Amino acid sequence: MSLPREFPDLTRRTLLRRAAAAGLLATPAAGLLAACAGNEPDRPSSGGGAEKSKDNPFGVKDGSSVKVVIFNGGLGDQWAKEDKAIFAEKHPNITVNMSSTQKIKTEEQPKMATTPSDLIMNSGADSMDRSTLINEGAIEPLDDLLTAPAWDSEGTVADSLLPGTVADGTQNGKFYVVNIAFTVWGNWYNAALFEKEGWQPPTTWDEFFALAPKIKAKGMAPYVHDAVHGYYPRWALMASIWKAAGKQAVINIDNLEDGAWQVDGVLKGLEPWEKLVKDKLLLPGQLNHTQSQQAWLDGKAAFIQVGTWLKNEMAATIPPGFELTLSDYWSNPDDVAAKDVFAGSGEGFVVPSKAPNKEAAKEFLRAVLSKKGAARFAELTKSLASTKGSGDNVQDSALASANALMKQATGDLISVKFPDFYADLDKESQNLSEELMAGRITAKQFVDKMQAAADKVKKDDSIKKQTRTA
Amino acid sequence: MRHGVARFVTGFLALPVALYLFYVVWPFAQAAGYSLTDWGGYSDTQNFVGLDNYVRLFKDELVRKAFWHNVFFLVTLPLITITLALFLAFLLNVGGRGNRAGVRGVFGSALYKVIFFFPITLSLVVIAIMWQQVYRSDDQGLINGVLMKIGLVDRDNPIAFTADPEPFLGVPAVLWWLLLIAVWSGVGFYMVLFSAAMQSIPKDIYEAALLDGASRVHTFFRVTLPLLRDTVAVAWVYLGFIALDMYALVFVMTPSQGGPNHASEIFASVINFTAFQKGQFGYACAMAVALAIFTMVLAALQLRITRRDRIEL
Repeated sequence: MSLPREFPDLTRRTLLRRAAAAGLLATPAAGLLAACAGNEPDRPSSGGGAEKSKDNPFGVKDGSSVKVVIFNGGLGDQWAKEDKAIFAEKHPNITVNMSSTQKIKTEEQPKMATTPSDLIMNSGADSMDRSTLINEGAIEPLDDLLTAPAWDSEGTVADSLLPGTVADGTQNGKFYVVNIAFTVWGNWYNAALFEKEGWQPPTTWDEFFALAPKIKAKGMAPYVHDAVHGYYPRWALMASIWKAAGKQAVINIDNLEDGAWQVDGVLKGLEPWEKLVKDKLLLPGQLNHTQSQQAWLDGKAAFIQVGTWLKNEMAATIPPGFELTLSDYWSNPDDVAAKDVFAGSGEGFVVPSKAPNKEAAKEFLRAVLSKKGAARFAELTKSLASTKGSGDNVQDSALASANALMKQATGDLISVKFPDFYADLDKESQNLSEELMAGRITAKQFVDKMQAAADKVKKDDSIKKQTRTA
Repeated sequence: MRHGVARFVTGFLALPVALYLFYVVWPFAQAAGYSLTDWGGYSDTQNFVGLDNYVRLFKDELVRKAFWHNVFFLVTLPLITITLALFLAFLLNVGGRGNRAGVRGVFGSALYKVIFFFPITLSLVVIAIMWQQVYRSDDQGLINGVLMKIGLVDRDNPIAFTADPEPFLGVPAVLWWLLLIAVWSGVGFYMVLFSAAMQSIPKDIYEAALLDGASRVHTFFRVTLPLLRDTVAVAWVYLGFIALDMYALVFVMTPSQGGPNHASEIFASVINFTAFQKGQFGYACAMAVALAIFTMVLAALQLRITRRDRIEL
């Protein structure tokens, strides 16, 4: 599962670059699109061929170099610099050329068909569409990384990963995407405030609707969310659908089954959201992610729904005494899978098929997934890594509540695949999520429109179909 | 031409022409080529599909929607910008009080010129970011904040601006709000363009008109406008190009880049989505080529309609 999230505020540099890109698109849009292709024969690998050993399972050649591109979003890039040092401990003679950017697609897509970087962290709002990369044969299957020995623990790399990480990176039966972070989603609140007011954090929708008037009486809005990027509200809606209708219902949706959106459970999952909007429990205004998060930190709203990168993203403006605490999305008592938690691995690394030094790229990933690297990652980013045990030694309320939530999660982890499978459904579901949360459509209209969009994709022969089994 | 001069000129032109051919004309040709394939953008293989992409284009509802949104800008943007720019240029150059001898602009016109021209010095994306703060849809937005303070806007129902798809005069509100920014950012340049053209109109003509007792309105319609015809025609074509683009504003300012729910979708945003999200570069190239042809036909038509015998001054 890719997590198209951190949408960092436009900095001056991205702004200028975007202006340049926009300018290019103006009249010569045709030129921009065409400038990326080319024909070049496959080159032999420049970095492999050395003797393979436990400490060098891919046979990376000493003296070779590897180009690594890091997405510098909500998680920053300090952790990656430390991974570079960890890598150098075992491979002092391999040069790691590391760069960080927020514009992964803008900078890397044009090079994919000719001279790509060796290892790309394909993340953020400007990331390359995963299904397209795989369907075009542009990225390398990494199954041999999973069976390689772990960097600094017993067993293989696969053994050292949290459940779900391998499945999240697998498509068409092969493992392509190495997700290094583990994210948990839910409703956040300020535990200090709730304690002071004597409010009990709700676990069901009924408890929330009972608490809402009390919150309003304090001059706060009960709920706020990013209303500009449709995938934010979509997390919440899909989590509720999963809880109400169960895992199989979401698998049916992902597999474009006939009528999958129109079963009763799906509608039941969405109806509380419709009520929340209708009862005017949202903070007025259409705020983006950082604006809504800041409004929540400023005490304008009691709950916000977002993932565990929240603390790192807002680190600079969290008021003293504010206890960021994550709780599960609310459910109804008769929900099929009320206890399933929305969590999964994200921040995926890919190795381009045409990368000159794939061996070193895989070796670098081994270092990233090491126990030592993962622990530093959790410490620096306040997010869990997808390597087991990364958060064990970190003292932090946000991370602790996420850890606690993961420990309660006894059933399946909620995950949704159709946005990764089909760009059209990704767009439509984002748009409709915004519409539902703006009160312009009802839950019933939402499911009917999604069904229509799914049927259209199903009938379109030009779109390659994907299947989800688990 | 004397021998030698030709070689001299060729020597100077060769490099720029070569660069132009390689970086502009060749990609155009490539795009036209790719528009006949099903290229996905990430590999170097593709299948020839003939005109399939173009047939699909005419059946694509999203493309149709985007087309009409561009047409909206095509009609409104040049009309409003040119009208406003002409009005301002006239005031700044010849609109001054008529109770004294001579022809001059209104009081303080030098200062106004700088103020009106100022937006031109900013990149369009800077403008978009700035207007995001102006349009912000809660009490921290410039417009909403002020209107809430004076009680004209209800705190629970702020103006949604670019997140508002409700139609106004049959066109989604978000497009009107974007139009306002486009006009604001463009009018200064055309004002200066028209000012320059007005300065080249001999003052005697105005003085003659004044002596004959012509009012300012009369001078404008009978003297200024006819003599600015060529300049206005050029401005019209430029603004037509801008109206067919509008990408930066849509990309930065609207929810989900073309939203809410496709309410601000334009050609460029659909091309962007098709190429970079859906991975259908071939089809996106077909859209881009169609847009390029449409733009050129339009420019040719506009210049043809506005052509007329030049008036020698």
